[in-house]
Amino acid sequence: MEAVTRIGPLTEDDRRLIEKLEKEAGTDINLCYQCGKCSAGCPVSFAMDYTPRQVIRLLQLGLIDEALGAESIWICATCETCSERCPRGVDIASLMDTLRREALRRGKVADKKVALFNKAFLNTVKKYGRSYEAGILLYHNLSTRQFFKDAELGLPMMKRGKASPFPEKIKGRDEMAKIFARALEAGRE
Amino acid sequence: MKLAYYPGCSLDGSAVEYGLSTERVARILGVELKEIDDWNCCGATAGHNTDKLLSLALPARNLALAEKEGLDVLAPCAACYNRFKATEHAVREDAGLKARIEYIIDMSYSASNNTISVLEWIKRLGIDNLKAKVTNSLKGMKAACYYGCLLVRPSSHTGFDDPENPQSMDEIIKALGAETVDWAYKTECCGAALATSRPEIGGKMIYEILQNVKEAGAECIVTACPLCMMNLDMRQGQVEKRFSQGFNIPVYYVTELVAVACGDDPKTVGIHKHFVEAVSYLKGLPAKAKAMEEEEAKAKPAAKTKRAEGEKPSDNSEDIQKKIDAILKGLEKNPEKVVSKLIEDGEKVNILADVIKNDEKKRVKLAEVMAQDKEKAIKVAEALIVGEMKKREKSSN
Repeated sequence: MEAVTRIGPLTEDDRRLIEKLEKEAGTDINLCYQCGKCSAGCPVSFAMDYTPRQVIRLLQLGLIDEALGAESIWICATCETCSERCPRGVDIASLMDTLRREALRRGKVADKKVALFNKAFLNTVKKYGRSYEAGILLYHNLSTRQFFKDAELGLPMMKRGKASPFPEKIKGRDEMAKIFARALEAGRE
Repeated sequence: MKLAYYPGCSLDGSAVEYGLSTERVARILGVELKEIDDWNCCGATAGHNTDKLLSLALPARNLALAEKEGLDVLAPCAACYNRFKATEHAVREDAGLKARIEYIIDMSYSASNNTISVLEWIKRLGIDNLKAKVTNSLKGMKAACYYGCLLVRPSSHTGFDDPENPQSMDEIIKALGAETVDWAYKTECCGAALATSRPEIGGKMIYEILQNVKEAGAECIVTACPLCMMNLDMRQGQVEKRFSQGFNIPVYYVTELVAVACGDDPKTVGIHKHFVEAVSYLKGLPAKAKAMEEEEAKAKPAAKTKRAEGEKPSDNSEDIQKKIDAILKGLEKNPEKVVSKLIEDGEKVNILADVIKNDEKKRVKLAEVMAQDKEKAIKVAEALIVGEMKKREKSSN
């Protein structure tokens, strides 16, 4: 980020993009009067580069790239405390969700680890219809080059019958493939 | 009662005990669970982080299958429950979304059925009904009921309990004979997948929850979420190492405790599969309960003899006189503070303080009853206040 950011009036493109994000999130960012209640109650704000309140402020000022590039949106755990407490009814958790998806669409992801974990997870669902924990962790560790992460937990999980080395498969796997393809298609409209 | 049952991936894997115990609770409480045929994963956090339509379509396929049979859905996993509620909400509120979801899953779905959580389910069957089924009381247990995020939030979707200070799990655990503590982190987030993706952040969140459990004086944690269980139980060892602090706090699923209190062996519902050893705390409860009962029995006769001795003047009268003197001193020095032990209402406290400041007889009388019988003292205090208020009313007329 540059030391000085010039803030000017929103361009037509920016305005359209913010409107689109608001529609997807089902919320209105201009309702926010910056009281900070969301950020005081946020259990992960201690680790964020911009607090939830600041993320909304960035959007209000039209600094969309800064908001999409914030690490905060990937640290948010979607615990919904902010949305529950907002005195103005801003659905901040849904906005965070929308920002993550927009960042993904633009290939502009500040925390690749979370995005890779999500990808690994959904790949197993697409393939088998169920999530397959051992496969996800293996793929995640390989793709993030953390080969021995949580390795000490793998065997005890299997010993307890809590993780299977093989995926659980549903019968309607072709339905799954169709759902994934159609969701992608319907999202483009 | 017959419900469609959605175990979700966790109850088949890392939360196998949650599945076993949920099925046992259904049997015990006489509920027929019909597992949704060929159900699929709800997409969890990965789904809604990646694609909005996909995150609604994956739950919708399961919900539509249950709707076809006209059944409400029991979803014990808090994360699945949250995704199902979000899907119901979207389909009910947004006709455009409903049409797109139906197109994606290639089935009709209008959210005419409802998803319920385990807490709602057990509460709906009746706390008294549950109490009647308890054969092995959990008396002696001191539990911190941990709701986490997704069972109670967003309340516009879930709505069955208070989002800041929920009580449903506490009611269930108390019905089993255990004691529950008030604590500050009951709806704090455990960090969910952050423990995997960003352990430096997730670990700290888990540590703070465990720390608060300890500070509140609880000896175990009760949860209704597989991810909370994984973080608090499986990762407790990692957190202990990182923060150089021993916790050794057993964690239970609410359904495990219901089954055990209703007569199941802890092993039947898989409690021996936990990472933090959790069977021996349960095995130790009867001895603790016995000690508590003996303590209570001892306290009772002692109270009785005290009262009996109080009737005929004996050595005890000296003690009581001392107590009266001490209270009297307090009433003279700081009447508001002392009477606020009897009366909560601030205005009434002030009225009573005025009365006894100006009337020594009434002051002594109040000190005498306060020293011997608190309930009687409250009555006397109230009578004094009523009298004074009437007096003031008259003089103002």
